[in-house]
Amino acid sequence: MDTQTLIYIFVGLSFSLYIGIAIWSRAGSTKEFYVAGGGVNPVVNGMATAADWMSAASFISMAGIIAFSGYDGSVYLMGWTGGYVMLALLLAPYLRKFGQFTVPDFIGTRYYSKTARVVAVICLIFISFTYIAGQMRGVGIVFSRFLDVPITMGVIIGMAIVFFYAVLGGMKGITYTQVAQYCVLIFAYMVPAFFISFLVTGNPIPQLGLGSTVNDGSGLYVLQKLDLVLQDMGFGAYTDGSKSMIDVFCITAALMVGTAGLPHVIVRFFTVPKASDARKSAGWALIFIALLYTTAPAVGAFARINFIETVDQTEYAKAPAWFKNWESNDLIAWTDKNGDGKMEYRSGNAFAGSPEFTGETGASGERLIANTVNPDSENEVYVDRDIMVLANPEIANLPGWVIALVAAGGLAAALSTAAGLLLVISSSISHDLLKSTFRPQITEKGELLAARIAATAAIIVAGYLGIYPPGWVAQVVAFAFGLAAASLFPAIFMGIFSKSMNKEGAIAGMVSGLVFTFSYIAYFKLIAPDANVAANWLLGISPEGIGVIGMIINFAIAIAVSKMTDSPPVEVRKLIDSIRVPRGAGDAATH
Amino acid sequence: MTDNDPSVAEPNDSSNAGGPETDTETNSNEKAYWSENIRLLWTLMAIWFVVSFGAGILFRDFLDQFSLGGYPLGFWFAQQGSIYVFVLLIFYYTWKMKKIERKYDLDD
Repeated sequence: MDTQTLIYIFVGLSFSLYIGIAIWSRAGSTKEFYVAGGGVNPVVNGMATAADWMSAASFISMAGIIAFSGYDGSVYLMGWTGGYVMLALLLAPYLRKFGQFTVPDFIGTRYYSKTARVVAVICLIFISFTYIAGQMRGVGIVFSRFLDVPITMGVIIGMAIVFFYAVLGGMKGITYTQVAQYCVLIFAYMVPAFFISFLVTGNPIPQLGLGSTVNDGSGLYVLQKLDLVLQDMGFGAYTDGSKSMIDVFCITAALMVGTAGLPHVIVRFFTVPKASDARKSAGWALIFIALLYTTAPAVGAFARINFIETVDQTEYAKAPAWFKNWESNDLIAWTDKNGDGKMEYRSGNAFAGSPEFTGETGASGERLIANTVNPDSENEVYVDRDIMVLANPEIANLPGWVIALVAAGGLAAALSTAAGLLLVISSSISHDLLKSTFRPQITEKGELLAARIAATAAIIVAGYLGIYPPGWVAQVVAFAFGLAAASLFPAIFMGIFSKSMNKEGAIAGMVSGLVFTFSYIAYFKLIAPDANVAANWLLGISPEGIGVIGMIINFAIAIAVSKMTDSPPVEVRKLIDSIRVPRGAGDAATH
Repeated sequence: MTDNDPSVAEPNDSSNAGGPETDTETNSNEKAYWSENIRLLWTLMAIWFVVSFGAGILFRDFLDQFSLGGYPLGFWFAQQGSIYVFVLLIFYYTWKMKKIERKYDLDD
């Protein structure tokens, strides 16, 4: 059977599985829609959290980013896992004990204020929409490369699938489809990783392979060889980064705290039966995540070695099929600067910007580009980092079914995260804005209908953003973390650990953290992108890491304002006492 | 996080400011439970900070002199070791908290 047929079969089977689960687990009440009835087993919830968490960015992009940035990629590895320690220790068990449906629920009740609730909803919608557009785009890329349909069609198919199980099943449907999606995605990630680790080092376990010697008789360790080869080609050493220490520190911190403040992750811990289950569940979630996250650096390093060996100094006419496939998808380009027909891969940009193809072919049959060639570098190859995981099985000459598996895995990763995000957007609208703020008289049935309508609307907006990504979307996706770190995390943290934090302080803190972080990012990414260099940054911190400063501002302003205003009422202090002890969580979930 | 004002996390901070408490016995039990939890939290968060920000970032260059198989040690902490420690920290906390909760008869 050829690879294309296998891809159709694998993707088709995985999609029918998701739809089957959605029909089986339809939601009948708002409690089932928002928190899957609150009775999900902690291990199952951990698995669903892992799928919810690992997005197209984790599955498709992360190993590619590590492959091309070496040590600097560590910010994602530590940042996107260390946040779970904060979740398990500082937030999840208390939020579960509080026992309502959404993050704004907690903020609105703890700070006895509708304004605080609405501010939290605004932060949540802002964070979730910047995140979701990237997921739909990921769906589009996988479809266009592997299923040979235009990106627009791919996004629409993805929207239809998510619509089916998110709108019908709510959190209940999403939880069980995410479990299935985790299994698909982790299998799809590990199988090629085992193969490639075995091919490169002779050790099939990627985590050990990365610390082993290369299988080429040289006796060099993988990382030693990468350092040597890359330095020969004019790159920095793989195990050295190019970012400054303060920037690495701040980006890692912003990603960690942001992870702990992301509403679609927090809400998953509302679905387990008890407060102690929330801790256990966070531990299981991190095990399931760590499996992929400790594999990714190995996949990245092996991919870089394979890429260099198959591309550099190879004649274009003899280039492998995957090279030309990705070239025809605009994600690879080659320009023959020295006219020798061979591809030189060196440090530096081959040309300015991303490739603009002229539609003509050159002497060796390559697609010609209209970009200005960069005369300062001998590099002739442009490669989009996002292709590394998807192209890896082809680069390593793995069988067709592995390629098909990776296609299904990439879709599972993007769809599961998109569904989780859609759910928090829709429940914040139907529950926090309608039920709790503007239309308290709404019936249970009416609220459930409103939640479904809101989910539908959110899917349409997300799909639109996926089909017509405004220039800033891709840029801003990573900043969802900075915004979450600077706005929601401090409000939740102080809500649990401080009895004196009041509504004035929390609102002032959230607003100032969000405004500061958003302005800094907007200035360097949208208003003055040319000024986005280390010399202009505040304390040398890039926009990716600025959320940490936003968080400190949030804490400082909140504490200062709370000292000048009235302390919270007695009922609120009683509420804090009750969320701090685990006993009695079962009852708290009923409205 | 290191940048939190420690006074914010102080459990007893102004908790008695607003009127008389009714059930003092339960209260002192819950307070003892809470301060034991806070002590455990600080210890584990300190380890969390040391393996990631410490070993993986601040002291990476120093640790890179040593190696673990083919991994420079600082690089290993940044891309592998910190993640393994994170998992252990959560499970240790889950286990230890269960014990503390039973001790104070506050488990769920």
